[in-house]
Amino acid sequence: MKSQSTVKTKRTINDFGIDFLGKRKFAAIVSGTALVICLLSILFRGFDFGLDFTGGTVIELGYQEPVELSEIHQSLESQGFPGTTIQYFGSNRDILIRLAPQEEKDSSKQSDRVFRILSQEAKGQVELRRVEFVGPQVGEELREQGGLAVLFSLIGILIYVALRFEWRFAVGAVVALVHDVLFTVGIFSIFQIQFDLTVLAAVLAVIGYSLNDTIVIFDRIRENFRRMRKGTVMEITNNSINQTLSRTIVTSGTTLLVLFALYLFGGEAISGFSLALIVGIFVGTYSTIYVATAIVIWLGLTKADLLPVPVKKEGAELDSMP
Amino acid sequence: MNRYPLWKNLLILSVILVSLFLALPNLYSQDPSIEISAARGSTITDSSSGEIRAALENAKVPFKDIEPREGDKLLVRFAKPGEQLKGQEAIERTLSERYRTALTQVADLPGWMRAIGLNQMALGLDLRGGIHVVIDVDMEAALDQALERYIGDLRSQLREAKIRYLTVTRDGGNIKVKFSDADSRAAAEKLLSREFRNLQVQSSESGSTFELQASLPETEQKEIKDFALQQNITTLRNRVNALGVAEPSIARQGDRRIVVELPGAQDPGRLKDILGATATLEYRLVDTEGSVADAVAGRVPVGSKLYYERDGTPILLKRRVIVTGDQITDASAGFDNQSGTPTVFVNLDGQGARRMRNVTTENVGKPMAVVFIENRTTTKMVNGEPVKNTRKVEEVISVANIREPFGRRFQTTGLDSSEEAHNTALLLRSGALAAPIQIVEERTIGPSLGQDNIDQGFFSVMVGLAMVVGFMALYYRKFGLIADLVLVVNLVMIIAILSMLQATLTLPGIAGIVLTVGMAVDANVLIFERIREEIRNGNSPQASIHAGYDKALSTIVDANVTTLIAAVVLFSFGTGPVKGFAVTLFIGIVTSMFTAILGSRALVNLIYGGKRLNKLYI
Repeated sequence: MKSQSTVKTKRTINDFGIDFLGKRKFAAIVSGTALVICLLSILFRGFDFGLDFTGGTVIELGYQEPVELSEIHQSLESQGFPGTTIQYFGSNRDILIRLAPQEEKDSSKQSDRVFRILSQEAKGQVELRRVEFVGPQVGEELREQGGLAVLFSLIGILIYVALRFEWRFAVGAVVALVHDVLFTVGIFSIFQIQFDLTVLAAVLAVIGYSLNDTIVIFDRIRENFRRMRKGTVMEITNNSINQTLSRTIVTSGTTLLVLFALYLFGGEAISGFSLALIVGIFVGTYSTIYVATAIVIWLGLTKADLLPVPVKKEGAELDSMP
Repeated sequence: MNRYPLWKNLLILSVILVSLFLALPNLYSQDPSIEISAARGSTITDSSSGEIRAALENAKVPFKDIEPREGDKLLVRFAKPGEQLKGQEAIERTLSERYRTALTQVADLPGWMRAIGLNQMALGLDLRGGIHVVIDVDMEAALDQALERYIGDLRSQLREAKIRYLTVTRDGGNIKVKFSDADSRAAAEKLLSREFRNLQVQSSESGSTFELQASLPETEQKEIKDFALQQNITTLRNRVNALGVAEPSIARQGDRRIVVELPGAQDPGRLKDILGATATLEYRLVDTEGSVADAVAGRVPVGSKLYYERDGTPILLKRRVIVTGDQITDASAGFDNQSGTPTVFVNLDGQGARRMRNVTTENVGKPMAVVFIENRTTTKMVNGEPVKNTRKVEEVISVANIREPFGRRFQTTGLDSSEEAHNTALLLRSGALAAPIQIVEERTIGPSLGQDNIDQGFFSVMVGLAMVVGFMALYYRKFGLIADLVLVVNLVMIIAILSMLQATLTLPGIAGIVLTVGMAVDANVLIFERIREEIRNGNSPQASIHAGYDKALSTIVDANVTTLIAAVVLFSFGTGPVKGFAVTLFIGIVTSMFTAILGSRALVNLIYGGKRLNKLYI
């Protein structure tokens, strides 16, 4: 039986035997530098916050004929709307107008006035495609809630991982998540890509995804620690990473495939969302190996840590199901 | 080895069949329809559908069906949007007095599906088009008004009880009553504890004056705020209903916010005006004796107040109001028989009618004025903090001599346009707002953008799905095909659950579905990689399949539970768009665990179970 069972190895990604953790010092320097750059950018450049967080008005209009931005700018300026930004949105018939929160005016009605002015000018050949207005106090609340959401999901995850594994794993996982969040958010700051509510949702999804990846490797490490009697901590961990490598690549690959589809075809409204996830999945995959696992080792994990009762009790139940 | 007991196979099969069944309605198209509700003062009766049928047949507008709808409404279905518009015109022309119409889209489901309550997915406003506004109720103003009311009541009660007081003033959130002697204060304290049980009272002395301080306790304040919010929701609901929007949703959000969602609404400007409007009417007698010129110069006669007409002409009116907008029970717009100018016909309640009759009887031949009152709120940024300013605009819209006494029903002219007449009538009908409101958030999506969003979302789901399906089939061969089949089942299940729960599908929701498509294969990838590994370790194919599924299980559960945590947090903290994403992500993860672990195992067992295998193509 044994000799007969073969597997076609051409199409598969096998155990490469890569010494991932041997390069962890180098990786730490790379991660550290990247994070410092991200942090500096977040602190000094800040974000190009979208309407959701700043407040203000965005109007999307669809013209039947191509339009000149300068003309629209002029007519709005002459009607008492200075300081608007106007840009094409997808094609030269669709435009996006942003109005800053204005003083002394009932800002929720600005959009109606702008549309009326432009509609008259275009003799009705323009369609109101979208209006978004967020008052200043709502913007502030959304910012606050967003921060809280990130914080609470991190805490929830920390608790879950600590219960299921061991505190070193929990710390490793959460540091990796903080790393992923900072990096993803940092990219948005460095390139000044607009940061809105959907991007925030994506960041939270990145947390979920990256953790998914981390858990898979942690699970394997735990299993190997219990099974392999030989080998150092480092060797076993390296082995575990290698064993799960093909899964890591395939899953990240399929997820990236759909995200690229979403980025390319999903429309402007969710392009920021898909971009954040694409960045997050790349960095999440990397951080699983070089941040989460490296920290667990750095915190001094020994074989004995995973053998004793407290963890085994719960984990073993699932693992040894017939 | 590797065989499921029959019950397990049947269970999985029945879950899949039920999902297919629940998802089925989404394959049907939608009918352009008109929702018909009763106008004020009339009801939908058994004969209503006959009348509407006759109206449509008279106008030769073809329609598919007239059926009753929940909430005492009727629904007329049409085959084409053009016929729907013609149908609305026909109904409005002949029956507009008694019925109101609203355009909508309703799924064209066969009768048996509707009978057992199957439904299509509920699409969010970003997909179907519509207006979403978040309204903030000015609670400070609500408290202010309550306090002012108490002060007014207090003064008149003190006077009635013949208790001498120096002043009744407001000091922040407190009412201060000053007395010159302790006896009056004691009497007042007694009165307060009897008549104003809601107030907290404290007494104090300063010099020769004796003071009482009354304040609103926490519970009372909360009650006032709750009442203001509830009253405003009722008023907004009345207004929205009067506007003729199908399937409106008006819901409370938190302590002081109201969310109004109006699908498919066409004119956001007018809608917002109506929602936030505070317009009302007041009827006063004109002061014909006082000098207008003196009043303009600042010497307004006692008992009179200076007003301006719409063209800026100053006019003196008596301070005492005859009737206010609160006493108007019904109003409708129309045109004056003689002059043809826009008119509002007004009905008063019993008390108002009595008063109006008394005043008009005493003042035949004298002029009476109608005052149009509106609160205009502006927001100004002061030191980065938004500060609201509410300005009361009072304009005299008409002055006419009282030709003969009148009471319950009469008409008011002087409105600028028939639109203003319509709006004023609507506002008078639906009642006043208990506290000023302000729109703090708006998201309007035009119908064409909604359709674009659906198309783009659908297309990206399909492209993503096709790529993943192709990749899996190439990479895992037969097992890949199993994973693919399971993935499609997963999609059907997501749609089924969304349809069943009537959870709203939004554009970020579609993004969540796309993401779960990518992530759902993860469970199978984990299993398949495990099987490959087992085979490489020299195990038999059957044992490898068994071990692969078993060993991957705890990993899959761990990995998915953590993503579920993120989804739950997203749901509880997120608003609008983020919530939609969290819902589909959550549902997608749960269904993918079911399909990837149980569904794919059942298939694998059916194909390979119990057979002697030498080779496994994976």
